[in-house]
Amino acid sequence: MQHAFEALVGVAHNALHAGEQFTLGYSAEQSRFVRFNHAKVRQAGDVSQASTHLRLIRDGRQAEQLVTLSGEAQVDSQRLEAAMQLLRQTLPLLPIDPYLQLNTAPWNSLSCQAAPLPALDEVLALIEREAGDLDLVGIYAAGPVCRGFASSFGALGWHQANSFNMDWSLFHENGQAVKANYAGQAWNAGDFTHRLRQARDQLGFLGQPAITLKPGSYRAYLAPAAMDEIAGMLCWGGFSAQALATGNSALQRLYNGDGQLSPLVSFSEQVSGSLSPAFSDEGSPRMDVPLIQHGKARQQLTSARSAAEFQRVANGADSYESPCALSMAGGNLPSEAVLQRLGTGLYISNLWYLNYSDLPAARMTGLTRFATFWVENGAIQGPVNTMRFDDSLYSLLGSQLEDLTLEREMILSTSTYGQRSTGSSHLPGVLVKGLNLTL
Amino acid sequence: MFDSSALLRQRFAALRSSAEVFSLRHVKQSHQALSVRRNVAEPPFFSQDEGAMLTARVAGVEAYAATADLSQAGLQRALEQAEALARQIARHSLLDLRGQAVPTGQHDVVSPHFDEAIPSLANCLALLAAESASVPADERLVDWQASLGVSVVEQTYLNSAGAELRHAQRFLFPGLSVTASDGQDSQSRSLGRENFGQQGGFEVVERCGLVGAAQRVADQALQLLLAPNTPEGQRDLLLMPDQMMLQIHESIGHPLEMDRILGDERNYAGTSFIKASDFGHLQYGSALLNVTFDPTISEELASYGFDDDGTPATKQFLIRDGVLLRPLGGALSQYRSGLEGVANSRACSWNRAPIDRMANLNIEPGDRSLEQLVQGIEHGILMRTNRSWSIDDARNKFQFGCEWGQLIENGELKGIVKNPNYRGISAQFWRNLAAVGDRSTFQVLGTPNCGKGEPNQVVRVGHAAPACVFRQIDVFGGQA
Repeated sequence: MQHAFEALVGVAHNALHAGEQFTLGYSAEQSRFVRFNHAKVRQAGDVSQASTHLRLIRDGRQAEQLVTLSGEAQVDSQRLEAAMQLLRQTLPLLPIDPYLQLNTAPWNSLSCQAAPLPALDEVLALIEREAGDLDLVGIYAAGPVCRGFASSFGALGWHQANSFNMDWSLFHENGQAVKANYAGQAWNAGDFTHRLRQARDQLGFLGQPAITLKPGSYRAYLAPAAMDEIAGMLCWGGFSAQALATGNSALQRLYNGDGQLSPLVSFSEQVSGSLSPAFSDEGSPRMDVPLIQHGKARQQLTSARSAAEFQRVANGADSYESPCALSMAGGNLPSEAVLQRLGTGLYISNLWYLNYSDLPAARMTGLTRFATFWVENGAIQGPVNTMRFDDSLYSLLGSQLEDLTLEREMILSTSTYGQRSTGSSHLPGVLVKGLNLTL
Repeated sequence: MFDSSALLRQRFAALRSSAEVFSLRHVKQSHQALSVRRNVAEPPFFSQDEGAMLTARVAGVEAYAATADLSQAGLQRALEQAEALARQIARHSLLDLRGQAVPTGQHDVVSPHFDEAIPSLANCLALLAAESASVPADERLVDWQASLGVSVVEQTYLNSAGAELRHAQRFLFPGLSVTASDGQDSQSRSLGRENFGQQGGFEVVERCGLVGAAQRVADQALQLLLAPNTPEGQRDLLLMPDQMMLQIHESIGHPLEMDRILGDERNYAGTSFIKASDFGHLQYGSALLNVTFDPTISEELASYGFDDDGTPATKQFLIRDGVLLRPLGGALSQYRSGLEGVANSRACSWNRAPIDRMANLNIEPGDRSLEQLVQGIEHGILMRTNRSWSIDDARNKFQFGCEWGQLIENGELKGIVKNPNYRGISAQFWRNLAAVGDRSTFQVLGTPNCGKGEPNQVVRVGHAAPACVFRQIDVFGGQA
């Protein structure tokens, strides 16, 4: 795929007219998707896809086109040239773009990882052996993922990695379920077996009679996967320079200095060491960016466009200004002491379907899902039926935050909308004195 | 239109396979997105996408391979890949499809006004720029955007049983939003965007009401910024069509998807509070509730002649007089469950396989004018334009929020309130349906953003509905 990308870069250079500049993004994957239901294969297929994102710039104007690539060099050259021609005809129709800001620095970035992926037969055999008697439902997605970027200014980036993501749930016959995931770049059958057995063991707790709680405030522990849902809401414009400048960020009050989180809370965009490409979709080298430190706002994620519009300095953010590798600092609570410190309250493994009740107040709602337990005096009493919470971030990560776990979990995105995501988050568990349940 | 058909037909005919059935679904789509934000034209964005999914059934087991290489060799390679995968998973397969019928029809469907040109890019940008410039100068108006998306999709389905089914559709998505902020609070008001889209030509932009709307929308955003919070408590709730669509979508559409009921989606999108045994007798809502799967309203987003598995689409009542009749289940789900369903097996593009999706899911109009609906409320609230949605994985406990609220007292509309939210339980909520608006309140709406499936897919869905009144619903405002 790298060769195909480099060939396209050559085509773009050759097709360029005097006075024009281009940027060229590239995205490709060869994916095997296998869905499971009742521990059997429900649906399976292979997807081979590649696309290039061309931006043509001239005289302070810019336009963009995304083109699906066939894999045949001649066809793809023609498609790229046709795209360039369309954009060339479009540019004179546009007003000058006052927020056009280009990264004209030449840079080079190369990252290639080709760790072997398991044969599908091995994966199916392991699932049959370890979970064939269980109600397993989920998806196995695997294969190489590539991202590329080049520009007429001499930038050239290539990122290629084999990866897998097995995401599944085990359902008890009473309808309760436990969620599990095994994902990464280096497959190990032993590790996968361990995860499968761990999930089987957790299923045992779900057989106890389910408990229904009344609305009210409850002491609660949110495991890293649950915290990932809250972090996901913050990624939805929370740190975006544009959203912060235009009243559309949930962290508006924090960044204005009118709100504060607990000193225990620190977030950063931690690209180095993550699975994300080292360059943004705009073609800037990504940076590690401190976002919140000890409860106080620090930097914002600023794209080149926002930098020009709001007189800021761009810091390698994607055009949509969302973190791709959000990292939250850990606290002081050893994971093995969570139940004891929780004492009596809710142990929440996962949350689901969060949204804002009042965005400027960072007040969000959502539901418990998968393996939520009622705990008394440090001992699990039984699963809890689905409950809705509605609470403010300034409460959950502010006045009500008691501690964060010392250990953090690296969570690799399972998103496959359009393409397999390379995003991740690195998060601790969160112990809160009060979580407001409403329904 | 259908420029690729002859070549596709020829290449499909030349494919060699030992599968008992195989099919090709070719999708070619283009998109143009224009936007003017705060009086500055954003870079226009275009896309061109084309590829095919080859599906093979071998000894009752199906698998697919999707490719953008549409050469004879590329298609043959994908078909062989699908066959090999079907054989590989055979021992582990959940389904045996040897008895499932295969479509054989031949049919073309084209969007209304498909061939009519829409204004040039320059004219569209000028229209958006004019709308943006109409937003009044007020330092509290911190963000605004006028936008127009146009998508053209051509799809051809061919199979080894002789079916040839073609769609040519054009979708328009006009939008306008304005945000007002005082530094502490922000309120947005919008038109179109995620809550509106239709098939057709430029008349869709006119039907949306985009032209000339900016000043009114901006004024409403400012009114919301100054408005008190929605009071907490039980009230009668009058939902306008641009919130009804979300209510239908989340608490009727998703729970009636048969693949959820069969458990396929339990790891991601979720399950359903509805059981297969509920169809035919469960009182889902009050006797005023009539819900249809309706692919016949030509401008609605998911009007089509057949679904992506080739099943002919016809209007069907899913709920009649409040009684649950049939699920949103395509041919495969019907085969698995033994229940009669609808033609709703859909894929977002060539690189994703069809699964049970919503399409056009509508509420049939009743007999009350908007004035009569308001007059019938003693202590209530009107809400319009969805802005927040959250519902549990069984699609039962929900909480939704709107942009615009207006109190109703003694049959009259009163003051505007901000942050109107409400919560309830699907299984009970529809039984509180107390009045249904007539055709004068009925609007054909839809959204381009319905997500579901593993691997994930986003599809366009249509929702047409009248305004409706629900008795004694828990409503509340903002702030923690």
